[in-house]
Amino acid sequence: MEALEILERVKSRFGDRVLEISEKKPDPFAVIEPSAIVEVGRFMNEDPEIAMDCLSNESGVDYKDRIEVVYHLFSYQHRHGAVLKVKLPRDNPSVATIEGVWKSANWMEREIYDLLGVNFEGHSDLRRILMPEDWIGHPLRKDFVEPPEYHGISTVRESPIIRLDTKKK
Amino acid sequence: MYINFGVPLALTIIGVGFVAIMVGLQRLLAPQNPYDRKLTPYECGEPPTGPAWINFNVRFYVIALIFVVFEVEVAFVYPIAAVYLDWVRSGRRIYALSEILIFLLILFVGLIYVWVKHDLEWIKKIPVED
Amino acid sequence: MPLLNTLPDYVLTTKTDELLNWMRKSSIWYMLFGLACCAIELMHTGGPRADLDRFGAVPRASARQSDLMIVAGTLTLKMALRTRLLYDQMPDPKYAIAMGSCASCGGLFQLAYSVCDGVDKILPVDVYVPGCPPRPEALTEGLLKLQEKIMTERWLVRSPNGKQVAAA
Repeated sequence: MEALEILERVKSRFGDRVLEISEKKPDPFAVIEPSAIVEVGRFMNEDPEIAMDCLSNESGVDYKDRIEVVYHLFSYQHRHGAVLKVKLPRDNPSVATIEGVWKSANWMEREIYDLLGVNFEGHSDLRRILMPEDWIGHPLRKDFVEPPEYHGISTVRESPIIRLDTKKK
Repeated sequence: MYINFGVPLALTIIGVGFVAIMVGLQRLLAPQNPYDRKLTPYECGEPPTGPAWINFNVRFYVIALIFVVFEVEVAFVYPIAAVYLDWVRSGRRIYALSEILIFLLILFVGLIYVWVKHDLEWIKKIPVED
Repeated sequence: MPLLNTLPDYVLTTKTDELLNWMRKSSIWYMLFGLACCAIELMHTGGPRADLDRFGAVPRASARQSDLMIVAGTLTLKMALRTRLLYDQMPDPKYAIAMGSCASCGGLFQLAYSVCDGVDKILPVDVYVPGCPPRPEALTEGLLKLQEKIMTERWLVRSPNGKQVAAA
């Protein structure tokens, strides 16, 4: 099935909880309401025609006014894929976890929590995965400010390129 | 008679002296710089957690015990094998053979007991009583 | 009890110092501390073609049995704490080589949030080997420079000529 067909089927099943579907392009997506993402995911996993048995990627994107969580789904049975998106507000972003549907979401959601600060409700083990456990802040946010030191190690190294620039002036 | 101990004495002196020279040179010439972080237990860079003395599996003790018993049995059989030919030549073959066979038989009964009680397996499967 | 830096500057003591330094430089056991891509070049340098074993340098996996730490690769802040603990747990006399540009100054990843810019922020480095990654010949040159540095150390002798190394 084509990706747009899959997304149309989902829309016909879930009505207006599917907020929008993108135009026809090589990788079309559907934006889902955050409260409905688990049901939509379970439907796409269990429906025999769609049968998305693999969550190949889950990632977060930080736009200036919102944070999005993007789910790339793939079906090994039918060899087709689709993309779902969830739009969250920037302060206190929170969405339900789809770890119950696809187990691979465990570490991917830990990574999104670590780097963007999105809280996944119902996650079994939400803690930092890449940054050290006592790190403060979420580095991939647009408004992240690097701390001047970490445990006594300063994070600033004067680069000779900058010195060349100041010499020009 | 005491001259026979000359060789072991020389070897002892050489051995002890060698080690003493090595350790003595190390004490004189090596830098010694112990401080707190250097003396922490080595855990590949992670801060160590938990005690260093842990409980060992009790199966080690049982296996070692069985091993020691049968090792001593083997040690007793060796002298018999050394003098067996003399006993055969002086016509007392039956006595020697029967004595050693009775000895081995008694310990073999012990082996059968250990075998049946599943003590030769590392993971002892106890039958579940429902 | 140790005789470190206690003896005057006679020919016998300086020659003994040279003997000790020769013994130390001819068998520098390095710790396999390959963190990133420079680790591959470290493996090549220890391999058959560009051989580190002909200088007496054999790889050891444990910090307790090594006297050289070749930091090969990018050092992240998370790893920096463990690296410092491992360097502390090495027995004296210990040396460190910063291999590659990431270990020398942060390299390509200087502006990243998680990278420690250079391993000399956490431990004293004896030789920097530039390159990304440095060729095995470059790392061998770094090891030879370290051997030259070791030959200038003074252990028994008290005089100001040469480097005093007691209780570093």
